[in-house]
Amino acid sequence: MTTTTVDIGEHAREEIPVGGNYLNQGKGIKSWLFTLDHKRIGLMYLISGLTMFFIGGMLAMVIRTQLLVPNGLIFHGSYEAYKHYNQVFTLHGIIMVFMVLVPIPPGALGNFVLPLMIGAKDVAFPRLNLLSYYLYVTGAIMAVVSTLLGAVDTGWTFYTPFSIQTETYVVWMVLGIFLLGFSSILTGLNFIVTIHKLRAPGMKWFRMPVFVWASYATSIIQVAATPVLGVTLLLLVAERVMGVGIFNSALGGDPVLFQDFFWFYSHPAVYIMILPAMGIVGEIITVFSRKPIFGYKFIVMSSLAIALIGFVVWGHHLFVNGQSAEWDAIFSFMTFFVAVPSAVKVFNWLATMYKGAISLTTPMLYALSFIVLFTIGGFTGVILGALATNVVLHDTYFVVAHFHYVMMGGTIIAFIGGLHYWWPKMFGRMYNETLGRITCVMLFIGINLTFFPQFIVGAEGMPRRYATYLPQYQPYMIASTVGAYIQLAAFVLMAGYLIHSLVRGKKAAANPWGASTLDWSMASPPTTGNFQQMPVVTQGPYHYEDMEYDGRLGGFVHVEPVPALAGVGAGH
Amino acid sequence: MSENAIATLTLASPEEVAGRHLAHHFDTPQQQFDSGKLGMWLFLGTEFLLFSGLFCAYAVYRMLHPQIFIYASRYLDPVSGALCTLVLVSSGFTMAWAIRCAQLGKRTALIIALLLTIAGGFGFLVIHGYEYFEEYQQHLMWGTHYHPAVNAPRQQVMVPKSGAVGGSWSQLNQLGKQGYLVAHSNIAPAAIGPAGPALAQRPADPVTAASVTAAASQPHNVQIFFGIYFLMTGLHSIHVIVGIILLTYLLVRAIRKDFGPGYYAPVDFIGLYWGVVDMIWMFLFPLLYLIH
Ligand SMILES: [Cu+2]
Repeated sequence: MTTTTVDIGEHAREEIPVGGNYLNQGKGIKSWLFTLDHKRIGLMYLISGLTMFFIGGMLAMVIRTQLLVPNGLIFHGSYEAYKHYNQVFTLHGIIMVFMVLVPIPPGALGNFVLPLMIGAKDVAFPRLNLLSYYLYVTGAIMAVVSTLLGAVDTGWTFYTPFSIQTETYVVWMVLGIFLLGFSSILTGLNFIVTIHKLRAPGMKWFRMPVFVWASYATSIIQVAATPVLGVTLLLLVAERVMGVGIFNSALGGDPVLFQDFFWFYSHPAVYIMILPAMGIVGEIITVFSRKPIFGYKFIVMSSLAIALIGFVVWGHHLFVNGQSAEWDAIFSFMTFFVAVPSAVKVFNWLATMYKGAISLTTPMLYALSFIVLFTIGGFTGVILGALATNVVLHDTYFVVAHFHYVMMGGTIIAFIGGLHYWWPKMFGRMYNETLGRITCVMLFIGINLTFFPQFIVGAEGMPRRYATYLPQYQPYMIASTVGAYIQLAAFVLMAGYLIHSLVRGKKAAANPWGASTLDWSMASPPTTGNFQQMPVVTQGPYHYEDMEYDGRLGGFVHVEPVPALAGVGAGH
Repeated sequence: MSENAIATLTLASPEEVAGRHLAHHFDTPQQQFDSGKLGMWLFLGTEFLLFSGLFCAYAVYRMLHPQIFIYASRYLDPVSGALCTLVLVSSGFTMAWAIRCAQLGKRTALIIALLLTIAGGFGFLVIHGYEYFEEYQQHLMWGTHYHPAVNAPRQQVMVPKSGAVGGSWSQLNQLGKQGYLVAHSNIAPAAIGPAGPALAQRPADPVTAASVTAAASQPHNVQIFFGIYFLMTGLHSIHVIVGIILLTYLLVRAIRKDFGPGYYAPVDFIGLYWGVVDMIWMFLFPLLYLIH
């Protein structure tokens, strides 16, 4: 066999059975519900995740609408009304964190792309992968059930002692999140083993694309931090069901211990959310700058450094909760320290673009937005990590603005960028590029308009999680709400052109962006088996000299005899 | 599986058997086995981390209130604990033997070894279950369920044995429940725990002087120890139960002649799990029963 898998374009096209791909190989609802194909499971994660994102987003719109006027537009006047407000922001937080930000980037994009990128036929444990997905679904259903029975009003952090006392259905919700955590552990475990054991011949560790490295670092955190969340939630259940007293000061326990346990998971969880995003941005920037990524090893190592240092900073959530001054200082220092690898990444992305042939496609615009928004989010994180300023800003809207810049402006923006980047590979269709760019600009404006004013009111002392506020903050709150509606409009537009693309979109070439990683080496969409022949890797992931745009195909093809990758015989 | 399939399985060479169990996305049986083993180790790592939360809780409370642990640990029966340990260690050995038998294809020995291991698991549950039962009878429980009556600590008598003592304890406990629940965000020093203020503000109570001394010599918040004890051993017992289910699954497959030199991965992996369950008990036993 002399055909090479990297020979994108016509060769690959001819080898695939006419019209056959993972979407139509196997028909009927059962072939989806019981599929073991990582790509189909990825799509199911995507659909579920976008559904949850829609629900969480609608709750956010309720919050922003409520805060249009100082006394509250929707909930006002009674204890019950304010309790409903608490329930709304609690559900918004729980859905966004545990059902969108943590599971979806690895579950949807990671599942789809990671095996393709390392030249594997599937993840190491396909059944476990499907189990992860169904654990996710079950967890989400339990959350819905608890909401119908009596929606939780504790905030997404479930702080004791209130979470022990409230009448709402904390146990159901917490058990649902326990299942979501279990799902997350199994996904991480699956990815680690996949990366260790299923790389194609020649795919050495330092030939893996940065997204794979980012997923690897993410998986380490998922496996190492989530069990602690699991036991914390079990303890909370034991507290409510049995009255075990570990977190209850009335029984000799310590409520602050809950916070330590909770943040031991939930700070690293922030990196579960942001690391895949950083990986996506790395891929997009190198491709659309037509330059190998600058400082590849630094980017790789900074992912691992973030994953490891991220475990020893949780105390920065407890600066005003009776933690000793010595521990405050240590945690503050470590928090500053973890900013270093993040900054390394930003510098490397900028250096990658320097003197590159940049094309401002939709994914690239998202990557650029990410850099701006994430940097704002990151810097304000340093402000919050500093002891003196933290005492003032603790529990104000400054914190809300900070983590929305990181989560919305960082994770979600990068995820959407990644979705646009891999969309042609996933569905074999192109979307309307102009509408894509317009949407990205709308989102960028909308996010800044929503969250930047919150920095200002936060610095002026407006507390978070209140249903009402002082009239002096109203102009900022109106701006924030307008921004939220702009975001909503952008998402509606996006849903429109993406659905249109599924139905009417132009057929996508195997490699429309000219990427050199293995995930673009097969036809779009891939067949169930991913690769026609086992790819053999002979060089690093990024090299752009040997390919050229072919207008007839609408994608890139190789022009030189391929030095990078060569196919091996069909003996496999 | 049909009769034919079983017949061919036993006749096939180890390589053929290994090939038959090879999933489509692996290249070699070795790659598949290594992947499974790495996955299993990672999973067991998460099991340790799950328990680590409880070990942390243990460490925090023991560091802050060593007197509670020294006092309350005497209520536990080290003989029963040692017996549990013995049974689990033995079952660990039989499990190791089972793995060896599976690798060598000794079916009868494998079945015996698995049966012995399962028996060990049940033995552990029975002994420990009886301990739970005794503790339940004596109200040596968590939270507000902790109100031991006349029974003094099992290992060493720290307080005078008298009816009045029991009376005063439960009275104090009552008071603690009624209004002296101190809401702190930090761990209250034992001296101002729930029963502390109650004791201080009850000079005119018809409790004998001796019993007040007795109550004072009992540290406050002993129930915390029992909360941790039940959580740790309870979570461990759940793991033992899961282990028994997995071992039963192995037993069924062993009877079906599934395992041999070419294919023994499930025995190996579940054996690892059983080893970790044993090992966690090795930590729990001294930490809970042998505090002096
Ligand atoms: Cu944090």
